[in-house]
Amino acid sequence: MQAYRPDARARGVASSGMLWSCALLLACACAPAVSRAALPDALDTTRTYLAPAPATGLEFHDVENDAGRGIDLHWKLSADDRARSQAVTGYVLERAQTPGGPWAVVDTLPRLTDSKTDDSVVRDTPYFYRVSVLGPGGPTRSLAAAGPAIARSSWFNTTRASVVAFVLLFFGFVLYYIYSAQSGHRPFVRRLAGIDAIEEAIGRATEMGRPVLFIPGVQDIDEIQTVAGLVILESVARLTAKYQTPILVPVSYPIPFTIAQEMVKSGYLHAGRPEAYDPDSVRFVSPEQFAYVAAITGIMLRDRPAAHIFMGSFFGESLMLAETGFSTGAIQVAGTANVHQLPFFVVACDYTLIGEELYAASAYLSGDAKLVGSLKGADALKVSIVIVIVVGCLLETFGVHAFTAWMTTQ
Amino acid sequence: MNPSHDFGVWVAALLTLFVFSFLYKDNPLYKFAEHLFVGVSAGYYIVLNYWTVIDSNLIGPLRVAFGGAAGGPLHVQQGDYRALLLIPGLLGLLLFTRLFPRIDWISRWPLAVIIGVYAGLKTTGFAQGDLVAQVQASLQSFGLVELAHAFKASELAHTSSATWQAIGHSCDVVLFTAGLLTSLLYFYYSREHKGALGVSSRLGIWFLMVSFGAAYGYTVMSRISLLIGRFQFLIEDWLRIR
Repeated sequence: MQAYRPDARARGVASSGMLWSCALLLACACAPAVSRAALPDALDTTRTYLAPAPATGLEFHDVENDAGRGIDLHWKLSADDRARSQAVTGYVLERAQTPGGPWAVVDTLPRLTDSKTDDSVVRDTPYFYRVSVLGPGGPTRSLAAAGPAIARSSWFNTTRASVVAFVLLFFGFVLYYIYSAQSGHRPFVRRLAGIDAIEEAIGRATEMGRPVLFIPGVQDIDEIQTVAGLVILESVARLTAKYQTPILVPVSYPIPFTIAQEMVKSGYLHAGRPEAYDPDSVRFVSPEQFAYVAAITGIMLRDRPAAHIFMGSFFGESLMLAETGFSTGAIQVAGTANVHQLPFFVVACDYTLIGEELYAASAYLSGDAKLVGSLKGADALKVSIVIVIVVGCLLETFGVHAFTAWMTTQ
Repeated sequence: MNPSHDFGVWVAALLTLFVFSFLYKDNPLYKFAEHLFVGVSAGYYIVLNYWTVIDSNLIGPLRVAFGGAAGGPLHVQQGDYRALLLIPGLLGLLLFTRLFPRIDWISRWPLAVIIGVYAGLKTTGFAQGDLVAQVQASLQSFGLVELAHAFKASELAHTSSATWQAIGHSCDVVLFTAGLLTSLLYFYYSREHKGALGVSSRLGIWFLMVSFGAAYGYTVMSRISLLIGRFQFLIEDWLRIR
């Protein structure tokens, strides 16, 4: 290790110092977010720089509440690393699996940095770390390596206790209301105009002798709105079977296509008309968003369905579908939880299910005890959330932050 | 005007015009563009999914697990669970039983697994990412203490700007919290919306409609920029009018 001299700036410049100064100036030019006050004075090219003092006190801690994927490292800055000082340009963090090396660079860090989380470690593997200080006078390695640091997997993420509490509360409510509904107690669910409109739309299609078009969104089955749309599809298919009206269901992904077939089949079965089920009523189109839209607009214009029901997840195509449907004069009912698309459905459709009404629709239409129980459970959770928000805001107002901190997750 | 000599640009431009012809009415040119688009995209996605899902996530790992690359057939190391991919592979194959009416009921098993797994994954994901995080972010101080301090300071310093700032912040938080709670109550289904609940839910739907109006204007602007992009392609890339 080279000797540290506090008055090193008083010497003439070395050739390696020029290289460091160029790198430093380039780094400053590329980092506009860095505060001006934190930048050192321009390098004095008439002075010689010696290697800076080493960083000391390297400490390590396994990152808590993770899957053994990180080690927190802290060190004391080099004594030469001060605001507006030129003696230090940065730090290099290295690690090895034995104290003797070989060493691999973890990261190169800017000056005035005294911590780093190494998130490239392998779980249960011992690592040794060292920090080198970079300066115009050359690098200075730390005197000793710190270690062994081992990243271990935590069984529980304690910062998510609030998530567990809310999930348990929700499931508790849902199970209670399902039990209550199955015990014969018929829970009350208020009338939803948008859902009642579905039957009205199907009735109108029946009177006009035209089909009903059902669109279960443009997402795959991993989107919960698609699942909700497909559950509603069964009830819609039951009604179309009852009224003997053809139904058309173009689908964009293979798995929802298979489930849509099952749902329509089940609807016809429950309506007591399994023989009327037409396997071609459910059609696979294309997972490409706008190819799907092009196909649906074609169906709207050529097959002229009298009722369009959009239930699921929609994106940029929502206005195209709703506008084209509107131009055909069909009655339109839409439902989505994609907030940014709701305005388009609100302006272009006759009825719109807003957000959670989409999920409520399946319970409302089917009347199934499990679905109605989960709807009532969600209602109870909403009341709990209202209480939590009111209490939490009052606590925050009077300077009590423990509750908000408990709800902060990682 | 110096039209492009690039065949691809001509195809794209003509297909764009075919699609625009729909603005007049449905016609054979639009139908051609529509069917071409649907067919090409469906075929493209089948090939894409084969190489990005089936080959890379199933066939490739199974080839390593059983083909000797991992040290010999059936030679797996601790932590190497690639051979277990046989199970999802089998479930995927069972989906094809739908093609045989006598055993098509078997295809419901993989469907049940798919829906069950996604429901489980989404429950915890939503609970943490949406529910708890949003409730936590909604817990804001009404700023009464800060307001009192601002009043006191303004009396001493004979200035009112800090007071107005504090009042503005408090109004922001009160408005936000009122909008949040009333909107939440709009989605309460267990009681008729009458009386106090009716008033608050009506207020909630007003908040929702105002936010929808703002979102509508914002999104329409972004859609117009897409249309402008298409016209730019026709004028600059195809007709080369600068």
